[in-house]
Amino acid sequence: MSLVRDIMTIAAVSAGALFFLAGTVGLLRFPDTLTRLHALTKADNLGLGLVVLGLLLQAGNLRDGLKLIGIWLLALLAGATVSQLIARTARQGEAAK
Amino acid sequence: MSIATVFEIVLAAVVLILGIWTIAVRETYSATVGFIAYGLLVALIWVRLDAVDVALTEAAISGGLGGVLLLGAAARLQDAELTATEAPSKVTRVSAALLSSLTAAALASAVLFLPDSPPTLAPTVAGHAWATSLANPVTNVLMAFRAMDTMLEKVVLLLAIIGVWSLAPDDAWGGRPGLRHQADPNDILVFLARLLPPVGIVAGIYIFWTGANHPGGAFQGGAILASMWLLTVMAGLTDTPPVSRRWLRFVLIAGPGLFLIVGLGGLWFGAAFLAYPPALAKPLILGIEVAMILTIAATLGLLLTGAPERSEGQ
Repeated sequence: MSLVRDIMTIAAVSAGALFFLAGTVGLLRFPDTLTRLHALTKADNLGLGLVVLGLLLQAGNLRDGLKLIGIWLLALLAGATVSQLIARTARQGEAAK
Repeated sequence: MSIATVFEIVLAAVVLILGIWTIAVRETYSATVGFIAYGLLVALIWVRLDAVDVALTEAAISGGLGGVLLLGAAARLQDAELTATEAPSKVTRVSAALLSSLTAAALASAVLFLPDSPPTLAPTVAGHAWATSLANPVTNVLMAFRAMDTMLEKVVLLLAIIGVWSLAPDDAWGGRPGLRHQADPNDILVFLARLLPPVGIVAGIYIFWTGANHPGGAFQGGAILASMWLLTVMAGLTDTPPVSRRWLRFVLIAGPGLFLIVGLGGLWFGAAFLAYPPALAKPLILGIEVAMILTIAATLGLLLTGAPERSEGQ
């Protein structure tokens, strides 16, 4: 049972790390601010989500599990808000040009 | 070599490179962003060293509130930099580089020549934990064994806020700090400022409360409360209070004031300044910490909003 759990954890965390890698590559390679933001949200939402999912299987008790989910939800909220703010500033900057 | 060691080496290397980059980069804004990332990574190093209390403070102060302060300063400097034509002379630059290299060399040699078993008071601290009935050794040191240092640290915060306020122009003296932010109901920041503070206030109080037995405490909790307050100010939902308000000044002196009263009480009734009777140690420490978290939250918030800029009615 614990072996199955470990394998699932490794799979989920690796998939999460892959999304972080893809997001970082996108951040470096994409041509403008809006597409770069689009790449970053993949790392925040899916990448961190998969890492948290993998760690949930290793959480010793309900309290730790809820804390992990709380961290993911807070990161989602912060990421979504900040990307909206950056995107708005970028559009206003373009309009001013 | 275990995975943990590899991770530590990579972390240390990244911090080192980021530090060099922060010094070498030319734009003030880039250097500021580099420094904020540096602070967050240093917090990770503190976690690896099992110093979670320090890590929380580092992340909250260096990565969070200090970062906001530096970004504000960088924005103000940007206007000055555009108009400044005169570069510092070669002598100034060479002596600055020389002074920093000497300081770095002195620090490095001090670390390298540390004795193999450095002198430690940790066993003594652990042996006297019964005196306060708190399980977190850091809180024991901060609030009981070296309480004097913590009290003076709060006085320094008070001096810092007086220093910031003294930059106010004469007609704004006693007025409201910072600009008035207009709340746009469709603004995403307003949405965040309505959604996040309930969560943040609970998290701040939790970190403060758990500081008795686990990493945490008044400073880390106060920093979170201050950031929640600043979020509502930046979204325009609340305005900064005029600094001449009596209740505000009372909150600002509550922490060091209560600390001083308890300390003098120790001199009067007990053995020495700041000596707590063991039976009352925990309630006394808790009382001081409650006053301190309010003072810290108000002080950090006001330090970031800056000097009074508007008279009360504006």
